[in-house]
Amino acid sequence: MATSAITHPLPAATGFAHTLGIFRKETKYEFLKLMRTKSFSLSTIGFPVMFYVLFGVANRSAFAGNVHIAKYMLGGYACFGLIGAALFGIGVGLAGELAAGWLELKRASPMPAPAYLFAKCASAVAFGLIIVSILTAIATAFGGVSLTSTELVKMLGMTIVGSISFASMGLLLAQIIPANAATGIVNLIYLPMSFLSGLWMPLRFMPHWLQGVAPALPTYHLSQLMLSIFGYQDSMSLATHWNALLGFTLLMLGLSWLIFHRKEQNA
Amino acid sequence: MPLSAIAYETEQIAAKTSTSEPQQPIATLTNITKRYGTTVALDGLNLSLHPGEVVALLGPNGAGKSTAIKLLLGLIAPTSGTTRVFGSDPRNATTRTRVGAMLQVARITETLRVREHLDLFRSYYPRPLPVAEILRIAQLQGIEDRFFGQLSGGQKQRVLFALAICGNPDLIFLDEPTVGMDIEARRALWQQIRSLSTQGKTVLLTTHYLEEADTLAHRIIVINKGRVISAGTPAEIKRSGGGRTIRCQTRLSQEFLQTLPSVSNVAFNEGAVVVTASETETVVREMLSRDETLSDLEVAGPALEDAFLALTRNQ
Repeated sequence: MATSAITHPLPAATGFAHTLGIFRKETKYEFLKLMRTKSFSLSTIGFPVMFYVLFGVANRSAFAGNVHIAKYMLGGYACFGLIGAALFGIGVGLAGELAAGWLELKRASPMPAPAYLFAKCASAVAFGLIIVSILTAIATAFGGVSLTSTELVKMLGMTIVGSISFASMGLLLAQIIPANAATGIVNLIYLPMSFLSGLWMPLRFMPHWLQGVAPALPTYHLSQLMLSIFGYQDSMSLATHWNALLGFTLLMLGLSWLIFHRKEQNA
Repeated sequence: MPLSAIAYETEQIAAKTSTSEPQQPIATLTNITKRYGTTVALDGLNLSLHPGEVVALLGPNGAGKSTAIKLLLGLIAPTSGTTRVFGSDPRNATTRTRVGAMLQVARITETLRVREHLDLFRSYYPRPLPVAEILRIAQLQGIEDRFFGQLSGGQKQRVLFALAICGNPDLIFLDEPTVGMDIEARRALWQQIRSLSTQGKTVLLTTHYLEEADTLAHRIIVINKGRVISAGTPAEIKRSGGGRTIRCQTRLSQEFLQTLPSVSNVAFNEGAVVVTASETETVVREMLSRDETLSDLEVAGPALEDAFLALTRNQ
């Protein structure tokens, strides 16, 4: 029998490198976890891809004025995909970790809380980029869509912006919805919101009264910013869309912060 | 087995004697009250932990055991009173690098491998233990490449134990550590807890298995309804619940038995008489001299379980 002596600790890592290491590992394992959780990775990547193949590629030769429908839909489904990754990855994932007590155990450890949030956000961005890249590849290969390299870079940039923005909504949802109903509730918010903002089909093909709802939704403003890369946006000014998206993000973060602190005080 | 049994005994004795001299506490709860709305979880609780000791926190469900641990971990704040761990606030980041915890967790990320969980948790600490050592201590060799979701209940508990010790902490909280473990795994974990204590580390554990508290703890603190109702060594706690019991078949009457010295209770159970007394030798000698037909004699030491029930029932 070995008397289990714990006697040889490794040399301590230095401050900054140590913290950076935590951020890196936390992000790596968050991403790995999401990738291996098939219910998440298959559906968040699969649904936008499937919808785009069905509705976008099918419209490869359809034009409405100067608007190439397959390209328009690429913008819409790019938003649909990245929003799904943010809402499900963070909203559903975090709600589950809160309920299981896993987050509590991590909070008792010396893990810096920002590392945890960064990992969730960075993974949402990574999934957003994967989805948008796949959609773009399909669009250019089979949808007859041509993109300039500037447009591509702008799309990926907008994907990062959108992922971070909707990560804030995921953060809020995780704190207010029960974990066992999280997927259902997120779907109830995500699907109607996507439809009503024209992410599935261009707004102009929808009834007029429905078009009036769209400007109240953050998804609409993100999609307009995405479409503006192709010059396909509505008449509203870009500044309005940027402000709306920023306001929405700050509102979500503010509410999350309030709820988190209320819970802390009652804990 | 004999060799390891000897090692285990000496280890235990060394551990128990090393903590006899008074030392500064490394963690304290002072006059803590914790309310959730109108419910009082802790009511003027005092508790201190000293280097190298294993303390068992016992109490019925809802007594406030987990609340006390969460306070010491800085996960919740007290309504009033002070919490100190290594001389500072338990929320302090540096304090947390010296603390490890095993909490009652429904599940942790199931799609990560045991090795990956350890890799991540080790990265939080400035001086973690080598992976091989953690695997050995928590007995995870051979399952380090499995996904957490594939493990049995006992294996999952061992992974959680591994996460608690991976940062080489000086103070370890174990909330119901052996739930779901088989006897063998439980005993192996006990041995690891003892060896943590011999290295000068402090362990606070809560448990429902009184045998666990009895074999492991240098000190037992019994709490109920948020208050400490009894504290002391396992032997002291057991004595406080009444003396040893004498069980036999006898013709002696209940009235007579009750007049014998130090007898606190006489009861009949399945045709046998059960006498509770502190001076059992005197009582037995007297009984044998008065009744030649006395048979099936058994004398049993006080059980922690009985003491525990007596203590919590009196509340």
